[in-house]
Amino acid sequence: MGASAGAGALTALRARWRRMAPGRWLVTGIPWLWLVVFFCLPFLFILKISLSEPALAQPPYLGWIRETADGLVNIVVNFGNYRLLWEDSLYASALLGSLQVASISTVLCLLIGYPMAYAIARAPSHLRMPLLMLVILPFWTSFLIRVYAWMGILNTNGILNNFLLWLGVIDQPLEIMHTSLAVYIGVTYAYLPFMILPLYATLSRLDPVLLEAAADLGARPLRQFLTITWPQSVPGVIAGAMLVFIPVMGEFVIPDLLGGPDSLMLGKLMWTEFFNNRDWPVASALAAVLLVVLIIPFLLLRHYESRAELMEDAT
Amino acid sequence: MSNAVANADQEPLVRIQNISKVFGSTYAVDNISLDIEEKAFFSLLGSSGCGKTTLLRMLAGFETPTEGRIYIDGQDVTDLPPYERQVNMMFQSYALFPHMSVADNIAYGLKQDRMARAQRDERVREMLALVQIEKLGHRKPHQLSGGQRQRVALARALAKLPKILLLDEPLGALDRKLREQTQFELVNLQERLGITFIVVTHDQEEAMTMSSRIALMREGRIEQVDSPRRMYEFPLSRYAASFIGNVNLFEGIVHSQDGDQVRVDSEEAGGQLCVRHSQPMTVGMPVTVAVRPEKIRMAQAGDDLPNRMQGVIREIAYLGDESIYHVELASGKRVKYTQPNVQALAELPLTWGQTIALGWHADRCGLLAQ
Ligand SMILES: Nc1ncnc2c1ncn2[C@@H]1O[C@H](COP(=O)(O)OP(=O)(O)O)[C@@H](O)[C@H]1O
Ligand SMILES: [Mg+2]
Repeated sequence: MGASAGAGALTALRARWRRMAPGRWLVTGIPWLWLVVFFCLPFLFILKISLSEPALAQPPYLGWIRETADGLVNIVVNFGNYRLLWEDSLYASALLGSLQVASISTVLCLLIGYPMAYAIARAPSHLRMPLLMLVILPFWTSFLIRVYAWMGILNTNGILNNFLLWLGVIDQPLEIMHTSLAVYIGVTYAYLPFMILPLYATLSRLDPVLLEAAADLGARPLRQFLTITWPQSVPGVIAGAMLVFIPVMGEFVIPDLLGGPDSLMLGKLMWTEFFNNRDWPVASALAAVLLVVLIIPFLLLRHYESRAELMEDAT
Repeated sequence: MSNAVANADQEPLVRIQNISKVFGSTYAVDNISLDIEEKAFFSLLGSSGCGKTTLLRMLAGFETPTEGRIYIDGQDVTDLPPYERQVNMMFQSYALFPHMSVADNIAYGLKQDRMARAQRDERVREMLALVQIEKLGHRKPHQLSGGQRQRVALARALAKLPKILLLDEPLGALDRKLREQTQFELVNLQERLGITFIVVTHDQEEAMTMSSRIALMREGRIEQVDSPRRMYEFPLSRYAASFIGNVNLFEGIVHSQDGDQVRVDSEEAGGQLCVRHSQPMTVGMPVTVAVRPEKIRMAQAGDDLPNRMQGVIREIAYLGDESIYHVELASGKRVKYTQPNVQALAELPLTWGQTIALGWHADRCGLLAQ
């Protein structure tokens, strides 16, 4: 029974295949090709390296297939790297550190970005483009230079401290540089545009007449926001949160340059394993774990959303 | 209670007092004063851009008048925000909340009033039944047809049983057949619920069918406020006469007045016209004589018609129920004259190029000073 159902599905699929115009295959094919070549294949390489043993060689790991001295072919798959990640608490705390920084910065970006996106979406139409340009403007200089600029601002002898000293607000320079506060400042600054842009996209599509309708039915401004604006901007919030959260999880430049010894993050650790320790297998295992950690909530969300849609259609 | 009744006797439900609204340098609404009685079906009629929506939005509280005051139930509401006014509005675009079901849309206003759950559900059911979409409560707006959305918008605006319902072109997005049917439903609803309806429309037929009173607007001002019937039979201006229905206008000069009979010299009409008009007129004053096409009849030899003229039929428009004849007079002026088509496929009594005599009684036409 199961087989016949499977065969039926296969025939249906074939029929669909035949019906599809070749042009459509090209259009849907390109993103798939992109995904396979630039995501799936590299990930498979990483997976492979993560299951091998480190070595002092070029490349610095051993292949799975090895010939022993007596001519036997052995396939050696090494799960030791994953065991190390599990057993050494360093990696767990780096994961927790990354999760913490990514979550808090995502929330900070949302708190700062939402009002900004809202203000831009509600600005007079001739001001909207210039304001959006200002949001994107930092991208015109290198990321690294911008992070270095923050070093100049946050240093003990930096612009911020000198300014506060001159104002007389403080009489000792603040220790911001090389603390997690500096990491939060840097990350929030660097990733804010990624929050603002998708939020702007959803908020600018919101029809202002809906707010008038809500007001007409007795909703005060706060209720209008909570019942109309916010629910309709949730897709933008999710998109922005993912665009901030995911790259911050793997971020290594900012914790490296602005953070101190206590700001332990996965990205930085990966960098250390890869370049300083030349332990490609452990670095690859870390990368694989990071991917799984990131992809699971995403898949859950998708699953939940499609289920909700199904339920809605069913009722 | 008795106080309210006493108030209702002296005060209209809505009093609009010298309201103006300026956008930049244009007067969208220009010094309008208007009283609207309780339980009226009141139409704001006018061509596009004459300020109807702006006036309605000031009643709802979305626009602040540049000048003037608005009173509802005797209370000055000019500075109240929309959410503090006991007025609800049905928007031209319907403005349904896309992320809420139909039932939640209708319940929205009740939730703002913190109505108890059971009572709220009951009211939503009533409203769904009232607009005959009982089965659609769980749907989202995007799963509805245009006509169904219109009903949801109406139900949502009615749910709080406001004293006044504002409707901005409520039937504008419907096709003709549905529109005609819905016109009667709106009137029935209004009578059943006893809510005052203030409707914006640019469609004179719609305004005539539904309203108990019509305010005709023109460029931000009120041209005339009257019942549909008086608006049609006794227009006060050339604009009002030609905006509502068909009309023939003859320019002329007052020749003489004898009691309520005014004689007007009109070159266009090719002679003197006789109009019944009780107001005293000044001799020599330029006036316009207005006569509706259906008030004109074909003149026979022995008829005692004070207004008579001859012309040639130039065009015939067959509309099914009636035909419109365009008759060209000697002066070149064209007169519209309608005749009901009583007999099917009978030999048309009148043809192109035929010369006919038309005429009407003095009390079948009106005199317009403007
Ligand atoms: N928010 C606004 N800003 C500027 N001009 C406006 C605005 N709203 C309406 N107007 C102008 O006011 C006039 C009346 O508009 P409106 O009340 O919408 O007319 P109607 O509803 O009768 O078609 C129009 O000339 C319109 O362009
Ligand atoms: Mg309008």
